[in-house]
This record gives sequence, C-alpha cells and structure tokens, in this order.
Amino acid sequence: MIPIWVYAGKKMSTELRSRQVPLLALAAAFSFVIMMFNVPIPGGSTGHAVGGAIIGIVLGPWAAVIAISVALVLQALMFGDGGITAIAANCFNMAVVMPFVAYYVYKILSGNTEITSSRRIIAAAVAGYVSLTLAAALTGFMFGIQPLLYTDANGVPLYMPYGLNITLPAMLLEHALGFSFLEALVTALIYGYIQKTDPSILYEEIKKSKRAKTRRAAPA
Amino acid sequence: MDKIIRNLAIGLLVLMIFVPLGLLAVGETFGEWGTEELEEKLGFVPPGLEQLAPMWSAPVPDYALPGDESETGMVAAYYLSAILGVIICGGLLYFVGKKVARN
Repeated sequence: MIPIWVYAGKKMSTELRSRQVPLLALAAAFSFVIMMFNVPIPGGSTGHAVGGAIIGIVLGPWAAVIAISVALVLQALMFGDGGITAIAANCFNMAVVMPFVAYYVYKILSGNTEITSSRRIIAAAVAGYVSLTLAAALTGFMFGIQPLLYTDANGVPLYMPYGLNITLPAMLLEHALGFSFLEALVTALIYGYIQKTDPSILYEEIKKSKRAKTRRAAPA
Repeated sequence: MDKIIRNLAIGLLVLMIFVPLGLLAVGETFGEWGTEELEEKLGFVPPGLEQLAPMWSAPVPDYALPGDESETGMVAAYYLSAILGVIICGGLLYFVGKKVARN
C-alpha cells in the first residue's frame, strides 16, 4: 500500500488546484462521517456506505485515494475501527479499488454526453453501486483466504475463522442487496447537486480546462 | 469561499447531526468483530488475533468513552467522535492540500 500512497500523493500534488483544497478536506471528513452511519440488516449484522464513489468522481481517483485513506487510518488509530493490521487491506479495497472503479464506470457510462446531462446522474449512481459491491466482494475474498493461509499446527485458524464459502457470499450479498444501494443514492444525490450548481469543480472539467489552456499556451 | 463548498459543508453538518442514528444498528459489521465477540461466536479466540490484539489500544475504542455505557453518554461520545474525525481529517487535508496545490 505504501508505494500506492506515495504515487497517489505525487499525482495529487500535480493535479490539485488550490480551489479544490476545501473540497478535498470536506471529502475526507465526509467519508469519515458516512462510515459512522451503521445500517442494520436482517441477520444481526451491520454495514455502511463509504462515499468513495462520489469522491473519486468529483476529485479524481488519485486525490480520493489520499482522502479516504486518511479517514480509514484515523478510524483505526483513534477509534479501533477496522484494525491496525487491516489498514493496508482496507485502504486498498475502499480507498483505491473503489474510487478507481467508480470513476471509470461513471466515465464509460457518461460517454460523450454534456456535463449537465441527466444520464450522468444515473452513471454516478451505477458507479456507486458497482464500486462498493466490488470492494465488498474483494474484502470478502481477503477474509476467506485467511483460514487457507494461516492456521496453526492443529488447523485452528489464526485470524479469520470463516472460509470463502461464508465470507464471500456474506460480504457480496449484504452489499449487493443493501449498502450498495445506499452508496448509489448518496453518490447520485451529491453528484446531481454539484452538476446543477457548479459542474466546473468536477475532476473531468478541470482536466479539460487544463488541456485547453496548455493548447492555447502552445506557440502556433 | 465558493458557495458550493459552503453548501456542501452545511450538508456535512446536517449529516453530523444525524450521526447517532448509526448507533441504532445492533451487531457488528461482518469481519470487524473484536476478540470478545469472537469468543462468544466461536468459543475461542483465533490465536493469531489474540497475539496481535494488544499491539494497539485505541484511545476512543468503538467511538465510546470507556466506562460510560449510558445512552446519553454513548450519543455524546459518538458526536464527539464525529466532530474529532471531521476536524482531524478535514484539517489535515486542508493544510497538506494548501501546501501541494498549484495556483
């Protein structure tokens, strides 16, 4: 995870405009708070949205890596949530896989539509749904391979006691049928709001205007 | 400050007001069990976890103040955690962002 953080930090510092800085700060704070909203599901378990999709779409996936990682690391250190030894895995799934998947799903579904197109709101919602479901499935996979990899001499699991046959369906289903809809809703709501009020702060638009500027600056 | 940033910040504040709703959910997130919960579920604590668990003790475990299990105490601690989280996450990225951002 450390090389990804270093690279993401570098990417962010070349891409980030000072106008976006308050947005970046808000994004990390938002991700922290949204993960505190535990939602119960039948079966006595709970889960939460991450906010990773909307952050990836608005700030770009690289800045999202940094923002969500900060929230996750703080959770683990201060509040014992997620766990110290799981920081790397958690950050990989929620702070890397999620914003990247979301950003590209959103981009592909948006195609060449106008930035104000309502198709983009649907694209954002689908991006939220798909990215959280995928991140959850990956987490389930990481849980499930632990008893295969780590057991003591007597075959007692050292860490995660449940195998893939339990962890993968558990993580996949509870997200695909529940939390991912919440993530989709949150993503669509915030996206719709930004699109309506000031789409110029969206990552894509900033990238586009930067390209236009360098083209203009180039000697004819 | 941009109007949109201000409005998004207000949105975050409203979200924070509702944060105790997160306490209503009973049970632990899949895979986020502590050692005691695992003991209950399995009858034993996986030995690797038992070894790693004391490596770190969080100052505010589970967003609650140790010892205060009353309802108001839990809500207050949850609020406090949200405020702390927002200030630390937001503050840190604001200063780092200002340092690295161009123009």
